[in-house]
Amino acid sequence: MSRDNYQTSYAEGRALLRTREQRLLYGALAAALVVAPFAIPTFYVGEASFIFIMCIASLGLMTLTGFTGQVSLGQAAFLGIGAYTHAQLLTLGLPLPLSLLAAAITAGLAGLAVGLPAIRVSGLHLAVVTLAFAIVTEHVAGRWKSVTGGHSGLAVPDPVLFGFSLGGPLPFYFLCLAMLALVLWLLLNLMRSATGRAFVGVRDSEAAAQGLGIHVARTKVLAFVISAAVSGLAGALLAHQTQFITPESFGLALSLQLVLMVFIGGMGSLRGAIFGALLIGMLPSLISLAKPLLPARIGSQFGLELFVYGAVLVFFVLLEPRGINGRWVRIRSALDEFPLRRRGGFRRQKAYMRSERG
Amino acid sequence: MGAFDSASLSQFVQLGLQGVSTGAIYSLVALGLVLGYKATEVLNFAHGDVLMLSSFAAWYFIAEAGLSFWFALPLVVLLAALLCWLLEARVMRAIVGQPQFAGVMLTIGIGFMIRGGTSMVFGPDSRSYPTPWTGHATTLGGAIVADLNLVIIAAALGVTALLFVFLQRTALGVAIQASSQNQLASYLCGVRVKRLNSLVWAISGAIAALCGILLAPISLVDLSLWFVMLKALAALVLGGFGSVPGAILGGLLIGLIEQFSGVYLPDGFKDVMPYLVLIAVLVFFPRGLIGEAHGRRV
Repeated sequence: MSRDNYQTSYAEGRALLRTREQRLLYGALAAALVVAPFAIPTFYVGEASFIFIMCIASLGLMTLTGFTGQVSLGQAAFLGIGAYTHAQLLTLGLPLPLSLLAAAITAGLAGLAVGLPAIRVSGLHLAVVTLAFAIVTEHVAGRWKSVTGGHSGLAVPDPVLFGFSLGGPLPFYFLCLAMLALVLWLLLNLMRSATGRAFVGVRDSEAAAQGLGIHVARTKVLAFVISAAVSGLAGALLAHQTQFITPESFGLALSLQLVLMVFIGGMGSLRGAIFGALLIGMLPSLISLAKPLLPARIGSQFGLELFVYGAVLVFFVLLEPRGINGRWVRIRSALDEFPLRRRGGFRRQKAYMRSERG
Repeated sequence: MGAFDSASLSQFVQLGLQGVSTGAIYSLVALGLVLGYKATEVLNFAHGDVLMLSSFAAWYFIAEAGLSFWFALPLVVLLAALLCWLLEARVMRAIVGQPQFAGVMLTIGIGFMIRGGTSMVFGPDSRSYPTPWTGHATTLGGAIVADLNLVIIAAALGVTALLFVFLQRTALGVAIQASSQNQLASYLCGVRVKRLNSLVWAISGAIAALCGILLAPISLVDLSLWFVMLKALAALVLGGFGSVPGAILGGLLIGLIEQFSGVYLPDGFKDVMPYLVLIAVLVFFPRGLIGEAHGRRV
């Protein structure tokens, strides 16, 4: 197999899918995703839409945490802001595309409001600030009853596009798929633009990035805004998925789930964000499939889910710190070099005495 | 704030005492976090879950097994210390040298496992157990304070004083301080850094257990007890990461802010005020109130 390193034209170098195999494989994947909902039971179509939404949210967080290195433990707040904005605007009669856009923009503005002060701190401080922001947002959503309906919740109108209702599982599946494809395409292009390279530069070394003329503060705030906007879009879609939104559904648990997806998928890769969302999104279904096999006392309780999440996370940190994507890349390169094998190409270097306290 | 009549003065005193008492818990939890963070550079997100697990263990020993409070207390504290020792020595050590984020994720994962395990073993219902001070109250300056709150304040003072003496006056304590500042240098001076790191985690676990045992009778023995961790985190950042006096000050401030905003501010502010103050402080003093200087070396 050849993954061609030689390019014969500029267009070839700039193409997203470079080789014929890639075009074939991704084309087949796209075709499968389009055909799948007609072949699988309706319940799983709904589950698939949910996973697409989680993919979008996970991509949003990956932009911030995986590429720019800013840990956010409060991403669910942006989803919540997007969801409430979307539900209110739809109720006011705004058409779906405009409302989705407005949800993304509102969440982006919230990202700006958080990002501006948050760039003054880094590392763990930042994690705590975003956590505090998310807790405050959840409480505000619980109290601001005229807009959010408080803890009793808010009903979300069905999505309608040009007079067609997209509320059923099948149309909604395609709405989510289209949104995921759009977000993925935008982020793929963003990450190979100057801005995307600046994100990675800021993650790897702020001092070096600044030395190369990157405006570090502006880059970080931009990452916050983009990440929040993508999350807001995911939140708007999630509102349709659940059809009824309460402040609790955008709490700490969702924030931590998103961080889990990004980490387990593999930091710093869009493919990883999708892998992570797939695994974490499917985990509850897998656990409920496994429950009948377990003793009733253990299997019937919500603690099991939490325990499995924890165990998966611990497993990945200890044994697969580069996430699913890291393993994927290794398997792929092993297949590429198949009859031969390169040793140590992916061996991790251990850094003792590496201190982040300065 | 203007003049007080005697009723509002006694209310003020009462709120102050309650604030100091909840603040003392936050301080102690934050203190445990700081100790671990200084020694191993890992912020232990499972700290609150160790606290929660300890309160369940205390409930089991006191209410189920029928042990006396004074026997269960040291037993649970020892068990928690052992658990944290093992966590550090067997699990956390595998990721030494990896970025800080790995430590955060690992401890979050361990915390999930502890919480999920506790829920599977004990069930999700909340419960309570008696202490020698349950139902007693003392009148102080016109304010009625539950004895348990006073015990918490006394315990916090006692633990802080003990730790201070331990860290300043004993060879072991000085060695811990040295290895927190520079692991390699202290290793070369003959300090057993690995063992000390485990010891520090054990101490931090013991403090968490003590907090759990004292806090549970006031709130309830419940899975949500780990939320104390969030308040302690706020206290920690408020005081400045890695500063022991800062952690104590931050905890007391958070406790007082919480109590007073519950009464003097509109309904609903009690729960968010600590976090609003936290965000404000970090925006204006990014290093916390008493933070160690922490510019990043290139």
